[in-house]
Amino acid sequence: MLLNILIGLGVAFFGFVLQTSIGGINRKIVGRLQKRYGPKWYQEFLDIFKLLSKRATSHGWIFDFGVIMALGGIIATAMFMPITNNIVAFAGYDNFFIFVYLIAVGMLGMAMSASGSGNPFASIGVMRALTTMLAYEVPFMIIVLTIIKLTGFSSLTEIGLFQQASGNNWFLIALPLGGIVGILSLMGMLGKKPFETYIAPAEIASGPMVEYGGKQLGMLFIMHEITVFIEVSLFVHLFLGGAENIFIFLIKYFLTYTTLNLISNVNGRLKIDQVVKFYYKWPLLMAVTQAIIAIYFGWVI
Amino acid sequence: MKSTKFTEPRKLSKEEVDRKWWEIGDFFRRNSLWMLMYCTGCCAIELPPAMTAAYDMERLGMGPMATPRQADILLISGYLSVKSLRRVIYTYEQMSEPKYVVGLGSCPINGGIYHDSHAVINQLDQYIPVDTYVAGCMPNTESVMNGFVDLMEQIRNKTAKGWIKYQENNEWYKKNQKAALGEVIIHDEFHE
Repeated sequence: MLLNILIGLGVAFFGFVLQTSIGGINRKIVGRLQKRYGPKWYQEFLDIFKLLSKRATSHGWIFDFGVIMALGGIIATAMFMPITNNIVAFAGYDNFFIFVYLIAVGMLGMAMSASGSGNPFASIGVMRALTTMLAYEVPFMIIVLTIIKLTGFSSLTEIGLFQQASGNNWFLIALPLGGIVGILSLMGMLGKKPFETYIAPAEIASGPMVEYGGKQLGMLFIMHEITVFIEVSLFVHLFLGGAENIFIFLIKYFLTYTTLNLISNVNGRLKIDQVVKFYYKWPLLMAVTQAIIAIYFGWVI
Repeated sequence: MKSTKFTEPRKLSKEEVDRKWWEIGDFFRRNSLWMLMYCTGCCAIELPPAMTAAYDMERLGMGPMATPRQADILLISGYLSVKSLRRVIYTYEQMSEPKYVVGLGSCPINGGIYHDSHAVINQLDQYIPVDTYVAGCMPNTESVMNGFVDLMEQIRNKTAKGWIKYQENNEWYKKNQKAALGEVIIHDEFHE
């Protein structure tokens, strides 16, 4: 049991280091895309450690406690994440629904903390984040439930193994419409450009993060990196066929995140009502169509 | 038997340990400077080329930030009217320490071309401590970048101590601020 917990903490730490490095590399890639030199690849580490080295003001104990709750909740979620077929901290507990429930602890901690700061921009940001969540969760859940119905498993490693079995395609290819819905929902989850309404630095001054500075902001950055790791890994395991070994995982993870980042950087920002309308129109329609095709007609590529 | 190969390490005093940690922190701080841009004057037009492909501020780890809590540098470009000085002081006091101030252009130095206006303060240094000035009306983008590199050098040499000066000479700064702004008695639910 103790060993499992240690492996789980190792997974969370691995996710933090991996996502922070890949985030830095992506900043460099975006810089080159815009004909700039770009920052150092370890710039994100420098940012986080700088924030942890600064002094910070507090806005009451809810503000401080919420940050710790957010970070703790996200680390607890990351502990269940399988990296490859064999590297799982708690074998048999890597169920999809565990991630759905546990990730809410971190999100609610952040929402509580941001509202505790008393800044109206923070409240607007939290409200927008929850609205966006409501928008992308519905099509995403329909597609994931379709996958669970087709495979008969809700465990991420089992779904990964199902796709690796000969004769089965990755679900990105097997369910093409569902794959598009998955990508769009992932962009919403990560807060990438067309759907980054709740960060919106020029509009609501970075939304929930508006009152954070110094150590609290540093902890929120760590939390954000681990959240991105969880969400991208979910996509890799559900749609891209999991990973036989760690190199395949790294390649799939890097390609997924970089592709999303490149899509994000040629887009503007939608308004919050446009985001909700968009998700409830096209991705929901595609998800329902895909579910009917796959379950009732049995047409799976 | 005690080994004679290694001598016992000297015990560091608390000040020395603190200084070592502070130096490590300085390395991170000077390589990741986030700016809050307070752009009231015309010098702000020099910042887009400094941020985009021509000079690319991000390769030094710098970038714009949305709120004073997150920022390290308060970048004041151009003249400050008495009305906007109050907001600058609010903003400066909200920033988390260590914090640095960069004055861009000649207006924060001596008033620039607005030196004889009744609505404009002439020396920003009287009201909040300024670490680096970039002189010129308006300065080149090269000199703007040079000013930021100078600030990094100052952080390395531990001479960027404006925020400590503001703590130590707080009465003097407050007296100047009150002389410029006048005391205002506010009646609302937060100040009763």
